[in-house]
Amino acid sequence: MKKGLFVFILFMCILAAVPLFLGDPFVCHILIMTMMYATMSIGWNVIGGYAGQVSFGNAAFFGVGAYTTAILLVNFSVNPWLGMLAGCVLSVGLAVVVGYPCFRLRGHYFAIATIAVGEIMVVIFTNWDYVGAAVGIYMPILEESFTNFEFHSSKIPYYYIILCMLVFAIAVSYIVEESRLGYYLRAIKDDPDGARSLGIDIQKYKMIAFSISAVLTSICGTFYGQYVLYIHPSSTMDLMMSIHLCIIALIGGIGKLFGPVIGAFVFIPLMELTRVYLGSEGQGIDMIIYSLLVIMIAIWRPQGLWALFSRGDK
Amino acid sequence: MSSDILIVDNVTKRFGGLTANADISFSIKEGEIIGLIGPNGAGKSTLFNCISCFYNADGGRIVFKGQEITRKDPESICRMGIGRTFQIVRTFKDMNVLENIMIGAFLRNPKRKDAQARSEEVAGVFRFTDKLYLKATSLTISEQKRLEVARVFATGPKVMLLDEMMAGLNIHEIKESVELVLRLREMGITLVLVEHVMEGIMPIANRIVVLDYGEKIAEGTPDEVVNNEKVIEAYFGKKYAKRRENKTRIQ
Repeated sequence: MKKGLFVFILFMCILAAVPLFLGDPFVCHILIMTMMYATMSIGWNVIGGYAGQVSFGNAAFFGVGAYTTAILLVNFSVNPWLGMLAGCVLSVGLAVVVGYPCFRLRGHYFAIATIAVGEIMVVIFTNWDYVGAAVGIYMPILEESFTNFEFHSSKIPYYYIILCMLVFAIAVSYIVEESRLGYYLRAIKDDPDGARSLGIDIQKYKMIAFSISAVLTSICGTFYGQYVLYIHPSSTMDLMMSIHLCIIALIGGIGKLFGPVIGAFVFIPLMELTRVYLGSEGQGIDMIIYSLLVIMIAIWRPQGLWALFSRGDK
Repeated sequence: MSSDILIVDNVTKRFGGLTANADISFSIKEGEIIGLIGPNGAGKSTLFNCISCFYNADGGRIVFKGQEITRKDPESICRMGIGRTFQIVRTFKDMNVLENIMIGAFLRNPKRKDAQARSEEVAGVFRFTDKLYLKATSLTISEQKRLEVARVFATGPKVMLLDEMMAGLNIHEIKESVELVLRLREMGITLVLVEHVMEGIMPIANRIVVLDYGEKIAEGTPDEVVNNEKVIEAYFGKKYAKRRENKTRIQ
C-alpha cells in the first residue's frame, strides 16, 4: 500500500505540473475532461463497483448538479459554489427517492430501472420551459474570478479546480474502501442474503453508497456548467454518459480505487482524439475503437487495466 | 417457561397450496443443543428461515428472550443475537478468510481496527490463524462451512442456527465439527442444528425435534427419538416399521 501511495502522489504531482509546461488549450481541455470523467467514474464505482449495483442513470445526478447551479445563478444570482452545494443536496434527494424503490430490485432489474430514471429526467428537462426546455441555459458572463467560478482567458484555473475534485473523489473512495461501509458494500455485492444474515441492513448501505455516488457526480455537473457556460438536456443527462462512466470503470478495474482513474486516462483521450481527428470520417470511429478495447479487456484482463499495474499487490 | 431463550409457538408457513410447516411448537432453554431432523422436504430449512426471519411465518409466534420476532427482518434478528448459517455455503467468494470474519465482526465493532482485532481472535478459535489471507474459495468445503460458522460467531450471537454443517464431511471432519459445537456451547451459545448426519448430532444433542411432511412428529432425548415408531416410519417407511414392531413383539 505504501508503494501505491507513492505512485499516487507522484501521479498527482505530474498532473499538477502539466499546465506549467503545456500551454496548449486543446491538451488542457482533454485533461480536464479526463479528470472530470475520472471523478464521476469514481462516483459510479462506489455504487456500481463496490456495491455491485450497476447504475445506468448516474448522468441524472450530473444533470441535477448542472441545472441546479445554472438556475440558481441565472434566476436568483446565487453563487455557483453555493449552487454546487444545493445541487449535491438535490442529487442526494434524487438518489434516495430513486433508490428506495429500485434497491428492492436485484441484479439486472436495478440497472434497467436506472436507465428508465435517466431517460425520464431527459424527457422532463427537454419539455420543461422553466429550465429552458430543449434549448438549454446560457450562464451569464461574470467577472473572471475564483468566487464567480468563471474564467475566460485561460483553462488552467478550471484544470486545477477539477484536479482538486479528483483528489477529493479519490480520498472519499479510499475512505469508503477502508471503512466498514466498504466491507459491507463488498459483502452485499458478493451475497446479499449472506450479508443480511450477518446483520447488514443492505437497503441502508446501498442508499448511502448511492448518495456518495450522487454527490461525486453532481459536483462534476456544476463544474461542467461553469466550464462550458452552456448546458442543455442532451449534453448533461444523456444515457451515453452514464454508459461511459460504467465503461471507464470497467476498462480500468471495477471495484478498485484507481480503476476508474486509469480507465478515464485511457478512454477519454482516446475518445476525444478519435473524435477530433476521425470525426470527419464519419461519426462513431471512436466508438468502434473503444468497443474493440472493451472486448479485448473482457477477454484478456477481465479485472481491468488496473491488474496490469498491480501484479504484486494482493 | 421464562428460562426458555427461544420459543416456537404454532408456527405455520405455506407456499401456495403446500404447507411447509404446520403448527410447529417447541422451546429451547439457554445452553441447550437441539437437533432438528427429518427426511428431505420435511420443512427443516423452512423452519430455520422462519426463525431467522428470511421468511415471515403465516401463523404462530416466535419469541426470543421474551420478545416476539415473528415479523422482523433477518438483519435485525442478527443484531438481536440469533445467528444462522446456510445449507449451501455462502462465504463471500471475493474476500479472504480474515475479511469474511470481519464482515461479521463489524456488527459489534464499527471501527476497522477493532473489527480486525476481534476477527483475528475469532480466527484463532476456529483454527484459521495460518489461513487468514487465503481466498475463501480456496478452502475445502469443510473449512468453508467452518468459516461460515466463524463469521456468524463474530457477530456475537446468543443462539446459533446451523444448517447441515456436517453434510458432506468425512468422519474425521465430522468429529472436528462435533468438538466445535461443544466448544460453542461451553462459550454459552445455545445451538440449533439441522442435521442429517446422525452420528454427528445424536451424541451431543440434549433434545431432538423430528419433522416430517411439515409437522412435528416427535420430540425427546436422542434415545427416545430413535425408538419412536413415528420416526422409524418416517425414515424407513410403514412396511419396515410394521415388520420391526412384529419382530419386537415376538421377541
